[in-house]
Amino acid sequence: MFEISPTEWTAILLSLRVAIVATLVATPLGIALAWLLARRDFWGKSVLDALVHLPLVLPPVVTGYLLLLTFGRRGLVGAWLADHLGIVFAFRWTGAALACGVMAFPLLVRPIRLSIEAVDRRLEQAAGTLGAAPWQVFLTVTLPLALPGVLAGMVLGFAKAIGEFGATITFVSNIPGETQTISSAIYSLIQTPEGDLAAARLVIISIVLAMSALVASEWFARRATKRLHGN
Amino acid sequence: MLRVDVTKHLGEFTLSASFTSEGRVTGLFGASGAGKTSLINMIAGLLKPDRGIISLDGETLDDTEARVHVPPYRRRIGYVFQDARLFPHLDVRQNLDYGRRMNRLPDDPAQRKRVTDLLDIGHLMDRRPGKLSGGERQRVALGRALLSKPRLLLLDEPLGSLDEGRKVEILPYLIRLRDEGIPMVYVSHDAAELRQLATQIVMLRRGEVTAFGGVKVLTGGSK
Repeated sequence: MFEISPTEWTAILLSLRVAIVATLVATPLGIALAWLLARRDFWGKSVLDALVHLPLVLPPVVTGYLLLLTFGRRGLVGAWLADHLGIVFAFRWTGAALACGVMAFPLLVRPIRLSIEAVDRRLEQAAGTLGAAPWQVFLTVTLPLALPGVLAGMVLGFAKAIGEFGATITFVSNIPGETQTISSAIYSLIQTPEGDLAAARLVIISIVLAMSALVASEWFARRATKRLHGN
Repeated sequence: MLRVDVTKHLGEFTLSASFTSEGRVTGLFGASGAGKTSLINMIAGLLKPDRGIISLDGETLDDTEARVHVPPYRRRIGYVFQDARLFPHLDVRQNLDYGRRMNRLPDDPAQRKRVTDLLDIGHLMDRRPGKLSGGERQRVALGRALLSKPRLLLLDEPLGSLDEGRKVEILPYLIRLRDEGIPMVYVSHDAAELRQLATQIVMLRRGEVTAFGGVKVLTGGSK
């Protein structure tokens, strides 16, 4: 039963590529946003907070459709990016990465924000009195102490990205070799007669991937607690 | 010379203090709740006064009328907190080196050796703060502040969280430090401690300066 076919391999590797790129691009943005939400007060903060969480509560098909309207070949942002920078999202794997990144973003930001909030501000004050400018305080005190939370957020975001289905298929469709991830491959297989066995293999693989991500995330969270207690 | 003339409203409480100190060790004396910590937080730049002026050796650090507020990291004022506040993710060596790195000062092994010898912390270098006793932590915090080469050192009840035995352990280091000639502002509610350390006393009571002068103002014994 465990003979993985070339098409299945293509889907697995594509899923990994999409999820890794989505996570790596989303992480710096996520850290910046988490810091803003954790440490700054500004006008419109609750709106921004809601906006970050929107993909979590919106039907994925809506998120995908909105991405299509915005980043599609004729979308406002999509047309500009294609004309000026040559970046195309529509029906490409990059579009799958964008959809996965957006869907994973709330899950990625949350642990980072919580771990930044847990950093003792009195330590940041102490760093200031020792001559550290705010950006130095962030790089030498806040971020290192929040690092386990950052890693946990990355793992969780990765797990979400690798399993994303609704927004991806709506935005970039289900093209083998270009946008067909594990999820869309499973979807195609269970609609094909005699596709059950292949679908089962991909199902097991996605369960293993998701479980490993959750276990890793748990491990990072435990390290975070230890680190903040100074051992 | 340290000049302070500030007002700060903190909820129901109003802190209003004015003094000029040329002393090497200015003792801020008063019961808890008198406003001592708020006052040195303003000198450090961690708290903005509502009104007034703070200047050190002729340099204006705060002037509310001219809208001047120099942020803490540009003041070069060291601060030893009651709760040490060592960085838990760094070992003692890295904690001690932190201020030098942030201020981009050249490495100064002689100064580092002098400070570690003065405070007897040479044997703790590779430990994390979590593995230090309260007294050791406070000595490292003192060393960390000194090695950032401050113009003024603020100490907020540095012995406050320690038991009697530990206090006796740290006090001689503080006296040695005073005799090295680093200007200090020393906050305490313990008159005996200040009698040993301070050269000038600012007495605070419910947010106001009630007495100012030499150590003898403490003999009034008002608490």
